[in-house]
Amino acid sequence: MLLEPGSFNEHDRAITAHDVLGFKDSQPYSKRIEQSRTNTGVEEAVTWGEGALAGHELVIVCFDFAFMGGSMGAATGEKITNGIEHALHSRLPLLIVCASGGARMQEGMLSLMQMAKTSAAIGRLGAAGLPYISLLTDPTMGGVTASFATLADVILAEPGAMIGFAGARVIQQATYETLPEGFQTAEFLWQHGMIDLVVPRPELPAVLRQLLDLYVRNGVGDLQLEAPAAAARPARVQPVP
Amino acid sequence: MSASNGSVASATWQQVELARHPDRPYALDYIHAIFPNFFELHGDRVFGDDHAIIGGPAAFDQRTVMVIAQQKGRTTAERAMRNFGMANPEGYRKALRLIRQAERFGFPILAFVDTSGAFPGAGAEERGIAWAIAENLVALAQARVPIVTLVIGEGGSGGALGIGVGDRLLMMEHSIYSVAMPEACASILWRDIAKKVEAAEALKLTAADLKRLGLADEIVPEPPGGAQTDYGLAADAAAAALRRQLDQLDEIETDRLVDERYARYRKIGV
Repeated sequence: MLLEPGSFNEHDRAITAHDVLGFKDSQPYSKRIEQSRTNTGVEEAVTWGEGALAGHELVIVCFDFAFMGGSMGAATGEKITNGIEHALHSRLPLLIVCASGGARMQEGMLSLMQMAKTSAAIGRLGAAGLPYISLLTDPTMGGVTASFATLADVILAEPGAMIGFAGARVIQQATYETLPEGFQTAEFLWQHGMIDLVVPRPELPAVLRQLLDLYVRNGVGDLQLEAPAAAARPARVQPVP
Repeated sequence: MSASNGSVASATWQQVELARHPDRPYALDYIHAIFPNFFELHGDRVFGDDHAIIGGPAAFDQRTVMVIAQQKGRTTAERAMRNFGMANPEGYRKALRLIRQAERFGFPILAFVDTSGAFPGAGAEERGIAWAIAENLVALAQARVPIVTLVIGEGGSGGALGIGVGDRLLMMEHSIYSVAMPEACASILWRDIAKKVEAAEALKLTAADLKRLGLADEIVPEPPGGAQTDYGLAADAAAAALRRQLDQLDEIETDRLVDERYARYRKIGV
């Protein structure tokens, strides 16, 4: 929807969830995966690929909340990390559109460790000087909020989106606190300095264009621009004989 | 062992109860037994001092290490002061300060994990608990010093991982580590907290489960009946394991150490 028509080139379409632990609650996890596949037509809760936006090539990773509540399991984490590493190796900016209930409990610790895996990859992207924008949509919670989603250089959020770590019900059960009006909404988090901007959907293309223009203007991904500058540097610092 | 919910029959649930045993040694019990010279540092230099996460430099054999630990309370007053070992953002930001300091001085990091999770409170959300944990995941992934994590009791969710990323993961024999505590998992997936025993079994959260899954490197043996029966023996076993792992990590050149740490997490779940 955000990308220039026909510019999206999807990767890893075949990567899909597996029930490694043999997890069963009221239904076996394997059956839940099947239902999600049937209902959504996709194999996992994220889709990623390259595309063009406002004349900039970028890597986009997009969540589908309808697939198991956008929860992050091993295959989800694998696709996200592949997307981040692709941005790193191709020197492209990264956009992640989040919608997730958090870690996928049916994959136990394998799911929790995806937080470490995706965050480590974002760390490498940042060290390489590549910009990362995240767009938090309704809802973004738990282990996704506590990993790559909030590690972006610029964090945007949709109006009214619920964003947080623990759910309001869990907080009320644990503390008996009366939660303030608008608790955990995008606007609430903006007031607390946790996100950069709340962006209504019609304004999103213009905001993304402006950010990409600003952060990519020195030629991210364009090694030809970097090479002469790097070569020129030693000459400047060497003392004249 | 409690007899409710047929829990006696569940070996997994017995592990959960042992991991939470009120007499089990907590982080400071291990720290005082292992390190002669621990100096606790306080405060995150931003907002406050969180007593659920403690840390500071300590002497370990010939080296100085940076200890970062989650601390539960023993008495009612201490439990309140430590917030039952559930840290607020300040705790994770204090840990971040110690991670950075460890890097600056080249101190290996030893992390003792013991929490049911990060604190689910309104203030924690307002001050960005998720942001604080996420930042630590990156800082620990990139820290240019060896890091050994030891789960001593409960490893609960992102709250544990927030000080738990490292080169080696050790688990005390009767400790647990889970994506969510069994009660939370039962309440979310079964919509019935009474299903906590079933949830505990499904989650695969014991030390032995994590070893089988290839996530834990070593299980540290506890005295018969559990660490609460003999603090000295438990601490000796923990010290021996930490020493052995640190000695191995010392041999690895720093760039390779950080690359191998990345690869360690990169391969999980493929």
